[in-house]
Amino acid sequence: MFPILTVMVAVPAVGAALLWALPAGARARVREIALAVTAVELVLAIVLFAQFDTAAAATFQFSETYAWIPQIGASWALGVNGIGLLMIVLAAILTPLAILAAWKEDEAEDRRTHYLALILLSQAFMVGIFAARDVFLFYVLFEAMLIPLYFLIGSFGGVQRRYAAVKFLLYSLAGGLIMLVGVVALYFQGPGGDQAFLTDNLTGLTMSTTAERLIFLAFFLAFAIKAPMVPVHTWLPTVAENARPGTTALLVAVLDKIGTFGMLTLGIALFPDAARWAAPAIIIFAVISVIYGALLAIGQTNMLRLVSFTSVSHFGIMVLGIFAFTQTSIEGAALYMFNHGLSTGALFFAVGFLIERYGSANVSDYGGLQKVVPVFAGTFLIIGLSALALPGLSPFVSEIMVLIGAFSVAKTAVIVSSIGVVLAALYILLTYQKVFTGPTREGLEATRELSVRERVVLWPLVILMLILGFLPGIALDTVREPSADYVSAVVAEEAGE
Amino acid sequence: MSFVTPEIAWAPLAPIIVVLGAAAIGILVESFVRTPATRRAAQLGLSLVALIGAAGVAVVQWAGLEGAGTEVLAGMLTVDRQALAWQIVILVFGALGALLFAARTRAGEEAFTSLGSVAPGSTEETLARRKGMQVTEVFPLALFAVGGMMLFTSVTDLVFLFVALELFSLPLYILVALARRRRMLSHEGALKYFLLGAFSSALFLFGAALLYGATGSASLTGIADGIATVSGLDPLILGGAVLVVVGLLFKLGAVPFHSWTPDAYQGAPTPVTAFMGAATKAAATAALIRVSYEAFYGLTWELSWLFWAVAIASMLLGTVVALVQTDLKRMLAYSSVAHAGFILVAFAGFPEATLAALPFYLLAYGLATLGAFAVITQVRERSDDGTVLGEATRLGQWAGLGKRSPLLAGAMALFLLSFAGIPLTAGFVGKFVAFAAAISEGAWPLVLVAVIASAAAAFFYVRLIVLMFFTDVPDGQEEAIEVDYSPLARVVVVITAAAVVLLGVVPGPVLSAFENAAVLLIGSAG
Repeated sequence: MFPILTVMVAVPAVGAALLWALPAGARARVREIALAVTAVELVLAIVLFAQFDTAAAATFQFSETYAWIPQIGASWALGVNGIGLLMIVLAAILTPLAILAAWKEDEAEDRRTHYLALILLSQAFMVGIFAARDVFLFYVLFEAMLIPLYFLIGSFGGVQRRYAAVKFLLYSLAGGLIMLVGVVALYFQGPGGDQAFLTDNLTGLTMSTTAERLIFLAFFLAFAIKAPMVPVHTWLPTVAENARPGTTALLVAVLDKIGTFGMLTLGIALFPDAARWAAPAIIIFAVISVIYGALLAIGQTNMLRLVSFTSVSHFGIMVLGIFAFTQTSIEGAALYMFNHGLSTGALFFAVGFLIERYGSANVSDYGGLQKVVPVFAGTFLIIGLSALALPGLSPFVSEIMVLIGAFSVAKTAVIVSSIGVVLAALYILLTYQKVFTGPTREGLEATRELSVRERVVLWPLVILMLILGFLPGIALDTVREPSADYVSAVVAEEAGE
Repeated sequence: MSFVTPEIAWAPLAPIIVVLGAAAIGILVESFVRTPATRRAAQLGLSLVALIGAAGVAVVQWAGLEGAGTEVLAGMLTVDRQALAWQIVILVFGALGALLFAARTRAGEEAFTSLGSVAPGSTEETLARRKGMQVTEVFPLALFAVGGMMLFTSVTDLVFLFVALELFSLPLYILVALARRRRMLSHEGALKYFLLGAFSSALFLFGAALLYGATGSASLTGIADGIATVSGLDPLILGGAVLVVVGLLFKLGAVPFHSWTPDAYQGAPTPVTAFMGAATKAAATAALIRVSYEAFYGLTWELSWLFWAVAIASMLLGTVVALVQTDLKRMLAYSSVAHAGFILVAFAGFPEATLAALPFYLLAYGLATLGAFAVITQVRERSDDGTVLGEATRLGQWAGLGKRSPLLAGAMALFLLSFAGIPLTAGFVGKFVAFAAAISEGAWPLVLVAVIASAAAAFFYVRLIVLMFFTDVPDGQEEAIEVDYSPLARVVVVITAAAVVLLGVVPGPVLSAFENAAVLLIGSAG
C-alpha cells in the first residue's frame, strides 16, 4: 500500500530542508515554494479524508509499521483513527493559511526563509504526532517538535520573545521529561520485544493499580501543560503576546491539541482504570480552567493575551468532555478540538491583521473601525461569535454536545462551566464593541480594508465553520466510533471490577 | 626461590601495545626530528595511524572473540567484549582529540605553549615564542593517556588498576598545564588536578589495601569470593569498597569529589579539556562498571546508598551551579558534573542493562563534548588592531554568533541539545537507555530526580542558544569577536555533529553492538 502518512510527514520536512538548502541568491520565491509544499500536503490530506473508511473509524487506518530501533522496542508506526484524521486535516488547512498570513512579514529573505522552513518543519512534526501508533515515536516527536517552535517563538515576534521562548521550552520540557519516566516505566509493564512500544501491544495491559496511576499521571502532566490547563497554563499568554500571531495560531489551534489528543489516545486508551480514578480531580481542574480562563480573558487589554485566555477556557471544556466518559461528551470534545482550531486560528489571524496595520494589540488603541473597514469588522464579528459558540457556527455544536453529554455524570461541573460560556459572550462582545463600534478614533480613518490575501486566509475558515455548523455530521462521523471505543474501554474496566 | 616467568598472551593486548608503542616512538620522534613543522606533522600522523589502527585491531578482535573473552597476564587483565567496546570508544575520542591538538588558528597559533618549562611572562617565553618552538610532546603524552585508559577498562586486579590509573593521569596533569594563553590559570588548574588526583589515588590505594587485608586478594574475582564468604557486615570490606569506589568517583568528577573539574576544565588548553572531558569520563565509568560488577556485586545493597547519594548530589549541584556560571568552559565543567550524576543513576541496583547503556551514553556524551569544545577553540577575541587573541569564553561574548556564523552556532546548538537530551540527538538515546536501566531495577525515584535535573539543566544550555541566535551583537562589539576557521577543528565539528545526529536518529546498529558487548568475562553479571 502507498505509505501516505509517511509521505505526509516527509513532504513538509523535505520542503523545509529544501528551503534551507537554497543558496542566498535563490531565495526570492521561498514563499511560493513553501505555499506549494503546503498545498501538496493539503491535497494529500483531502485524499486521506476521502479514502478514510468512516464505518471503521475506530481502527487505525493507513497503517504502516517499520522497525526503527528494535533494540529498545521502538518502531516507525503510523496510522490514524477518526480523531487523528481530523487533526491532520486541521493542520493541513491551517499551515498554508499561516504562511499566507505572514506573507508581508520579514523584509530580509534570510529571515523569511528561516521562518517558513520552521513552519514546514513544525507541520511535519504535527502530522507525525497525530499519526503515531508507537509511544516512543510519539514521545520523540512530541519533544523534538519543541526545537522548531522554540526558534519560531524566539526569533520572530515581539520584545519579550526570548523570555517567552525559554518559558515555553522549559514548561514543555519539564512536562515531557516527566512523561519520559512514564514512557520508560510503561516499557517494563508491557510485553517487551522488538515492538514493545506499539500502542496495540500496550493496550489492555494488566498493571498494578499504583503503577498504572503513576504512569497515567506522568503522561497526563505533560498533556495538561500542552493543552494549557490551570495551573500550568501560564506559558501560553506570554507566548501569545510575544510570538507572531501566525505562529500562535498554529500553536494554539493545532499543536496544543496534542494535549487533548494525547489524553484520549494514550491517557484513556492505555490507562482506562487510572483515567477513571483521576477523572473527578481532572474535571475540577477543567472547570477551574473554564472559569478562570474566561475571567482573565475579560480583564485583558491585549487582544493576543485575551484570545489565549479564551483558549484556556475552551480547553477546559474539551477536557471536561473527555473525562466525563459519555459517548456524547467525548464525541463533542473530539469535534471541539477541530472546531476550536478553526475558530481560534481565525481569531489569531484576524488580530494579527490588525497588528499588521497599526503594530498594536491593545484594545484601547482602536475604536470605531467598523465604519472604515466594514468587511473586516463583519468577518471579525463572525469569528468572534464562533468563539462564543453562537448557534449556526460549528463550535456551538461541539460545546453543546460536551455540556449535554457531561450533564448526566457531572451536573455541578456542567452548570458551573455554563457560566464560562456566558462570560465568553462578555469578553468577545466587549472587545468587538471597543475595537469596532463607536466613533472612529483619530488616526484610524484611513485604515486599510481586508486585502484579497487576508480574505483568502479568513474566509475559508468562516465558511468551514458555517458548513460544519449546519452539517456537523461530516466530522462527527469520523469521531463517533473512536469515542465509543474510549467510552467502552473505561466502562468495561468499571464493569470488570 | 624459583621465579616463574608468566605466560603472556600478547595477541589480545595488541590494541594497547599499538598505542603505547606509538607513544614510545613519539618520544623518539621528539628527540630526533628537529624542525618543528615536520615534527608536528609526524606526531599527528603517527598518533592518528596508531589510534585508528588500534581501533581497527580492536574491532577485528571483537569479531573474532570466542565466548565472553580471554584472560591475560595470569588473570590480571581480561579482554572481553565490554573492555573492547570501551577501548574503541576511547580510541575514537583519542583520534578526534589528536586532530584538535593539532588544530591551529589562521595565524598559525596552536593551543599549547611554546615551551612548558619557562615561567609565564618571562623573557625566555618571548624568546621561545619568537623562535617558533612548539611542544609537540603533547601527542605522545596523549597517546600514553589513551593507552592507560585502555588498560583501565580491562584490568581485573586492584594493584594493576592503580598502575593504569596513574599511567593515564600523569600525562593529563602535564597536558592541563600547557595552555598557550592564560598560563597562570592553566598552572592553577593543573596543580589542583594533580593534588586532588594524588589524594584520590591514595584513597583508592588505601581501599585496595583494606580489601586485600579482608579477603587476601587484590584480584576482583578474589575479592568477590571473599565478599561471598563473609556473612553480615565486615567493616574492612565495606570501608575498602567505599574507598575504592570513591577513588574512581574522583576521576568521574562526581560530587563531592568534583572540585577539580571547573578549574581543570577552564585552565586546560581547550583541546585537552575536550579530550579529557570525553575520555576520562569514559575510562572512569568503564572501571567503575568493572569494579562494581565483578568485585562488589555482592555488596549491591550496601553500596546503593553511596551511588544514590552521589548521583543525586552531582545532578543537583552540577545543575544549580552551572546555572550561575558566566564562563563557558566552567559552565560545561559543571554540566559534566551533572552528567556524572546521570551516569551514576544507571548504577542504581547494578542492573544488567547498564553494561549496554553506559557505553552508548558515554559515546554520545563524549562526541558532544569534543564537538562543543572544538567550537569553542574557534570563537576568538580580537584586539582593536585586528590581531586574533585567545578564545572568547565569557558567555556574553557569544551574543549574536548565530548571525555571524550560522553553521558553527548551529553545530554548537546541536551539541547543547544533545547534552540536554532532546530527542533526535544522541544524548536523548543515551539518557533513555541509562534511565531505562535504572527503572528496570525499580529506581524510578532516582530517575524522577534525574529528569527534573535534566529540565533544569536544559535552562543553561538553552541560555547559550538564546544568546547565539536571539540576541544581537552588543553595539560597538561587532569587531571584538572573530570566528577563526581552523580546518582540523572544523573536521572535528563536522564529524561529531554528524555522529550526534546519526546516533540520535538511527541508534539501532550501535545499540546492538553495545548489547553484544554487555558481557563481562567474570563476575555475577557475566
